[in-house]
Amino acid sequence: MKSKAPIALFSFVVTYLIFLYAPIILLPLFAFNDSSIISFPLSGFTSKWFVGLWYEETMHRALKNSLIIAVVSSVISTIFGILTARALARHQYIGKKPIFGLIMAPLFLPEIIIGVSLLIVMIQIGLTLNIWTVIIGHVLIITPFSVSILAAAFNNMDRSLEEASLDLGETRFGTFRRVILPLVTPGIISSLLIGFTISLDEFVIAFFLTGIEPTLPVYIWAQLRFPSKLPGIMALGFILLVLSLVLLALFEFFRRRSEALTSGKPSSEHQ
Amino acid sequence: MSSPSSASPNQQGSVMVQLSSIRKSFDELEVVKGVDLQIGAGEFFSLLGPSGCGKTTLLRMIAGFEAPNEGHISIDGQAMDDVDANERPTNMVFQSYAIFPHLSVGENVAYGLKKQRLAKNVERQRVDEMLKMVDLEGLYSRPSYALSGGQRQRVALARALIMEPKVLLLDEPLSALDKKLREHMQQELRRLQRTLGITFILVTHDQEEALIMSDRIAVMFDGNIEQLGRPQEIYERPVSKRVASFIGVMNFIEGEYIGRKGKQLKVRADALGEVLLEQEQMPTEIEPGQVTIGLRPEMMTVLYHKSDKSEKEFNATVENVDYYGDMTYYTVTLPKSDDQVTISMRNTAGRHVYEIGDKVRIGWGSASMVILV
Repeated sequence: MKSKAPIALFSFVVTYLIFLYAPIILLPLFAFNDSSIISFPLSGFTSKWFVGLWYEETMHRALKNSLIIAVVSSVISTIFGILTARALARHQYIGKKPIFGLIMAPLFLPEIIIGVSLLIVMIQIGLTLNIWTVIIGHVLIITPFSVSILAAAFNNMDRSLEEASLDLGETRFGTFRRVILPLVTPGIISSLLIGFTISLDEFVIAFFLTGIEPTLPVYIWAQLRFPSKLPGIMALGFILLVLSLVLLALFEFFRRRSEALTSGKPSSEHQ
Repeated sequence: MSSPSSASPNQQGSVMVQLSSIRKSFDELEVVKGVDLQIGAGEFFSLLGPSGCGKTTLLRMIAGFEAPNEGHISIDGQAMDDVDANERPTNMVFQSYAIFPHLSVGENVAYGLKKQRLAKNVERQRVDEMLKMVDLEGLYSRPSYALSGGQRQRVALARALIMEPKVLLLDEPLSALDKKLREHMQQELRRLQRTLGITFILVTHDQEEALIMSDRIAVMFDGNIEQLGRPQEIYERPVSKRVASFIGVMNFIEGEYIGRKGKQLKVRADALGEVLLEQEQMPTEIEPGQVTIGLRPEMMTVLYHKSDKSEKEFNATVENVDYYGDMTYYTVTLPKSDDQVTISMRNTAGRHVYEIGDKVRIGWGSASMVILV
C-alpha cells in the first residue's frame, strides 16, 4: 500500500541536496571554463588553470605549510585520542565525566571564538605566530574527533579478549602487541585521516593563528581580491574537494573495518 | 551439611584444586563469603547457582583474574598466591568465547602455542588434531567472523585444550546456544572430559546442565556453598527449600514434624495424613515443629485404571495441564487443603492425557519425601 508521504519526502530531500551542493558544482564548472571571468555563459573547456597552479610558488609554500600542520596535528590528536579512549574505557578515576566534557567542548564552541581567544592568549604569553601556533589550535579542535573514534573502538572491544590472551600465557605487552593494537589500528587510521582532512580544510582558526607562513585556505582567501587569480583558485578548490572526498571515503572504509573487528560481527562487505 | 561421602572428591583420587576460606569483596559488597572447597583430579565439577551468587567470581579467582581478599588457592599442590593468570596451569572458556576477531580459526587455536616456538608443521599438526577433536576439521583458514555460535564455542574450547591445562574452567559456555545445540554440546563436553581425563570446573545457572554433566555439584547462594554433592544426592535429598526449588521442580507441602518413633520420623500433613519417614529423609537435623515437606512431581502418579493400586492415594480434579510431548504435567489441589501439587507422567503408548476438569486418582508413597527447612 503506497502513501503520499514518500513522494513528498523524496522531493524534499532532492531539493535540500540541490540547495546544499549546487554551489559546489560551480567549482569544477569554472575550473575547466576557458575564461578569466567567472560568469555564465560558459566559454569552452580548458585545463590551463590547473597547469598554471604548477608555477605558483607562493601557493606551493602555503600547501607545504598546510601539509605539515595537517600531519602533525592529526598525529598529536590521535595520540591524545588513544590515551584518552583507553583511560575512559578501562579505568575509573575522579572527575571522569567533567574531564570528558572538557575534552569534547571544542566541538560545541564556535571556531571564531576559539581562534580569537587563542590569539589573545598567545600574544599575551609572547608567542610568535607560526606553524606551531596553528598546530595548537588544530589539535584543540581535532582531539574530540579522535577521542570519539577511538573510544568507540575501545568500547566495542570485548574485555574478555585481553583476559583470554593472558589466560593463554601471553604477557601484558604481548597482549597489547598481538590483540589490542591490531584491533585499534583501523580506528587509529580513521582518526589520522579525519584529523588530516579537518586540518587541511580549516580556515577560521588558521586565519587567526597563522603568521607569515599562511596555510592553503588562508592563502586562497588572500587571493580572492585578485580577479585574475580567481579561475586558478577554482581549480585549486576543485582539487581540494576531490582530495577531501577521497580521504573521507578512505576514512569511512577504515571506520567500518574497525567496527567489524572490534565488535566481532561481520561487516556488510563480508556477509 | 552434606553427607561425608561426597565431602572429599573421590575415594582414591587426589585433590587438584583447593580453596581455603576464600573471601572476596568488590568495594563494599561481599561477593564470596567464606568458601572451602576441594576439587579432585579428573573430576567434572560444577558451580551452580542464580546470578550474583559468587560462582563466576570464584572461577575467576581460580583462573587468576581476581585475587581473594582472604584465603588461599592451590592447584595441584602448588600455592597460587603470587602466581599471575598467565602463569597458572589453568585455561578458561569465556562466556562470550573471546575469539580474536582479527585471526582465523587456526590462528586462534594456535595463539597460546606461539611461545613454545614449535616448528611450523608440528604446530599445524597439533592444531589440526585439536580441530578434529572438537569437530571443526578443515576449518583452519576460516576467518573468525564467519563462524556460527556453536562453532565459536568449539574454537574457544580447542584454543584452551591445546594448552593441555591441568584444570579447564568453563564460564557458562553453553548459555548462548539454542536448545538442541546446547544438549548436543553437553554430551560432547562430558565425552571430551572423560576422554582427556582433565579436571573440568563449570559455572552455570542451568540446573539441568549441572545434573547432566557433573560428577559433583556445589550449589551456591549469596556467596556461600549451600550444598555439595553428587547430582543424585542434591536432587533427591536437598538440604534446604532454596536448593530444592532451584533444582528441578519441587512440590512443597506444609506439615508438622511430630517426633521420633524408634528409628523413624513421624510427620503429618493435613492433606496427606500421617507418615513415617527414614532418617535420611531429613538432611538437616531439626527439632519437632512446622516443616515443609518436599515431594518431586515424578514421585506421584496418576492411577489410570480401577485396578491400579498405590501405597496411598487421593481423589482430585485436574486444574492445569502442561503438555511437553514426552511428558505431561498435571496440577491438582490436595484434599483438605489449598496446596497445589504438580504431578508428571510420561506419555507412554496408549496413555490417556487428561484435560482440565477431569477427575483423577493420584497415588503416592512416603519414601521419596524430604523434610526441608
